[in-house]
Amino acid sequence: MQSRLPILIFAALMAAVPFVPGMPPFWIVLLDNIGLAALVAMGLVLLTGVGGLTSFGQAAFVGFGAYTTAVLSTAYGLSPWLTLPLSLLVSGSLAVLLGLITVRLSGHYLPLGTLAWGLGLFYLFSKLEFLGRNDGISAIPPLSIGAFKMLSPGSIYYAIWVAVILSALLTMNLLDSRTGRAIRALRRGHIAAEAFGVHTPRAKLLVFIHAAVLAGLSGWLYAHLQRAVNPTPFGAQAGIEYLFIAVVGGAGYVWGGVLGAAIVVVLKEVLQSYLPLILPGSGQVETIVFGIMLVALLQLAPGGLWPWLMSFFPERTDGRKPDTSLKLEHRARAPAETGVLLQVEKARKQFGGVVAVNNVSFEVQAREIVALIGPNGAGKSTTFNLITGVLSATSGSISVLGRKVDNAPPQEIVKLGISRTFQHVKLVPDMTVLENVAIGAHLRGHSGPVSSMLRLDRADEAKLLAEAARQIERVGLTEQMHQLAGSLSLGQQRIVEIARALCVDPMLLLLDEPAAGLRHMEKQRLAALLRELRDGGMSVLLVEHDMGFVMNLADRIVVLDFGTKIAEGTPATIKTNPEVIKAYLGVAA
Amino acid sequence: MNTTIMLFLVQDGITNGAIYALLGLALVLVFAVTRVILIPQGEFVTYGALTYASLAAGQMPGTAKLALALGIGAFAFDLFVARKALHARLIARSLITNIVLPAIVLALTLYFAAQKPPVVVCIALSLVIVAMIGLYLYRIAFQPLAHTSVLVLLIASVGVHLALQGLGLLFFGAEGQRGPAVLSGAFTAGALRFTGQSITVYAITIAFIVGLWLFFGLTLYGKALRATAVNRLGARLAGIRTTLSGQIAFLLASVIGALSGILIVPITTLYYDSGFLIGLKGFVAAIIGGLVSYPLTAVAALVVGIVEAFSSFYASNYKEVIVFMLLIPVLLLRSLAAPAVEEEKD
Repeated sequence: MQSRLPILIFAALMAAVPFVPGMPPFWIVLLDNIGLAALVAMGLVLLTGVGGLTSFGQAAFVGFGAYTTAVLSTAYGLSPWLTLPLSLLVSGSLAVLLGLITVRLSGHYLPLGTLAWGLGLFYLFSKLEFLGRNDGISAIPPLSIGAFKMLSPGSIYYAIWVAVILSALLTMNLLDSRTGRAIRALRRGHIAAEAFGVHTPRAKLLVFIHAAVLAGLSGWLYAHLQRAVNPTPFGAQAGIEYLFIAVVGGAGYVWGGVLGAAIVVVLKEVLQSYLPLILPGSGQVETIVFGIMLVALLQLAPGGLWPWLMSFFPERTDGRKPDTSLKLEHRARAPAETGVLLQVEKARKQFGGVVAVNNVSFEVQAREIVALIGPNGAGKSTTFNLITGVLSATSGSISVLGRKVDNAPPQEIVKLGISRTFQHVKLVPDMTVLENVAIGAHLRGHSGPVSSMLRLDRADEAKLLAEAARQIERVGLTEQMHQLAGSLSLGQQRIVEIARALCVDPMLLLLDEPAAGLRHMEKQRLAALLRELRDGGMSVLLVEHDMGFVMNLADRIVVLDFGTKIAEGTPATIKTNPEVIKAYLGVAA
Repeated sequence: MNTTIMLFLVQDGITNGAIYALLGLALVLVFAVTRVILIPQGEFVTYGALTYASLAAGQMPGTAKLALALGIGAFAFDLFVARKALHARLIARSLITNIVLPAIVLALTLYFAAQKPPVVVCIALSLVIVAMIGLYLYRIAFQPLAHTSVLVLLIASVGVHLALQGLGLLFFGAEGQRGPAVLSGAFTAGALRFTGQSITVYAITIAFIVGLWLFFGLTLYGKALRATAVNRLGARLAGIRTTLSGQIAFLLASVIGALSGILIVPITTLYYDSGFLIGLKGFVAAIIGGLVSYPLTAVAALVVGIVEAFSSFYASNYKEVIVFMLLIPVLLLRSLAAPAVEEEKD
């Protein structure tokens, strides 16, 4: 975690701003607007930049927050402080409703879906009688503490910026936690995260609610700053504008949201006040220039300005090694993990007319290394996907410890102590090796999002990171622990995946081509590690093409060809099996 | 319910729906090929419509000058990118497509605008002008970003939309305009009156749907575009110039947009900022069609048009709410049937 010092300095600076002698009051108004936009943009950073869910509808949530307090404080005379939790509650619960529909949308339906309901809600705001139709609601009471009323932009300034800085801290805390890692893994697809027990729809809904609540907070502040609301600032244009605030600032960074808000608000203001002096005449010149500058900015810095700005500062990496003496509780185990761990019976998978896996049966015993081999396209990876619940079998059954687990989701399979690696590496490239590996221990931690935001999760978190560090040490990547996973060589990334799988505390490890891309020495080290794991009581099922590696390591080998099992036995018998030789080398051999 | 009213509403809905179908097709096309969600599609509509209306009224449309200005920009981009390997042929080609062509069109526009040209000339000029704007916009705004994420392209698309909308106000003013009917005359069949204009709308929509279907199914360029849509890298390795695919997609989209505009401006008054909402309804249709299927998009567009016609009759206040909320059940269905495929992003 980054140090808190820069944030403290920033907070102190912001607190001092109103006291600068000769500070034009108008600048304070601008800073208020920046703060309001930054709150929404921060939510979008989490939602879009980190979670990969693009939303055009955030302005509607600002509207929910603003209208809730407007109606309650004018028509029912509630105190603004009382309407704050209600505003957040309304935004949050509507986010649950819309989110349940929205977050399940795949790919590009999602942004377009948010655009559609954003527009629909805007028209609803402007048509509903009790929201004042197009005129909106005015005479909203100001925020007040005792007799002190926050009537001026200068007095509500503190309320806004306290909200911004607190929200930024909470959001950063959330990202740097067990839940945060699950959120950060979302953007890279759901299969890897789900294989370690992350409930991805729930994680998506969570960021959706978080972003909506921040937007609602911004709306609540807006209503009491303007002391009037009307539908205009909650329309589709505003929703789009929030999104590009986040993108301009740097959609992956919490402070990018604040920077983006500052740039966009100031730029618009400058264009509006100075452009008519240079180009006198018709109305919308600033819109034209604004649009052009936006495109130019994206072409020059597609990642946003925050990362570009940060590249001028020396990189501060948190090089501290977790305290590996902390022990993490074991996975909840079945009474006896002995005998037949995994039994595959006549498993069959058809994709349309193609039979990828054709009635394959085999079993894996405790303390055994079984290899699944076969030419390309033999159905090995599909078999893995059937076992781990990524695909559901067309027919046949799969049992773990004698209990059928047919078509259980990946999250349930991993709870039984079966963890896996992937043929095509599925790591989060912009997370460190340590963080990636810690995702493997997801189910062994307990802290939820709220305790993470409030930093009540530190004891739990330290144990998770300790376990991750231990497994990284075990596979021999201690040197790379704090590097970004994307910067490692492919072979090393495969080893990181093994460490991640070990973090599950599994009884059975499924490895999909673990030795591909490794050098000779590395392969030998890997083989030694797998033997050590077996001797420690773990079983391993691996798919591998390197025959030398397999023959020296496996206790038993299952051979697939075109989806069908053609042989099974010890390495010695497989080597001489005519069927196998035929499958690999053709008839002539 | 009165049958006559119902028939009128259905007819009205189908006419509007046909336009949304055209726009939906263009959006699907551009998205599939370039991954750009083309928010400025609405501006192509208003530019086409208002250029046509201005010309027909004997006024000089500012869009012709914009086309030349953008052309000069595109030429500069071409030169800058090729600065290390400049050769005469490349410069000449870029000069002709980006500067000579719009200059000739500008001259023609100046010449014709002064003398209230016939409808055919107005249509031809409007189409060419907007087509060039679409082409140059791709070169300037989107081609340099072709490698970035959908999100960045989307934001760039918003930027282009804002700039074009501002320019629209500059060129056409805040007043709305109407244009002359493309095909005058009308006939009645039972209680219904078919104007030449509405018949033109149907005919052109159907022609475009069939045309696009043939283009994508039978021509090499069409297949190249589809290949680009499926896999950019693969298409490039197969020798398809993805830049060219993008240009074709934008060219088609801007022509379709302008044509839609020309078709509706005799029916409805259009303002410089009307395009956004019209384009969005095309979006709704495109989303219902899943951004991939042309026939589904066309059917969805008709449904959107009819729902809009009925809701503007029965609950005109909630017309837009109903149209956009129409999406929610569709999205729900799509959610339930969401395929469990892995999405590799970025």
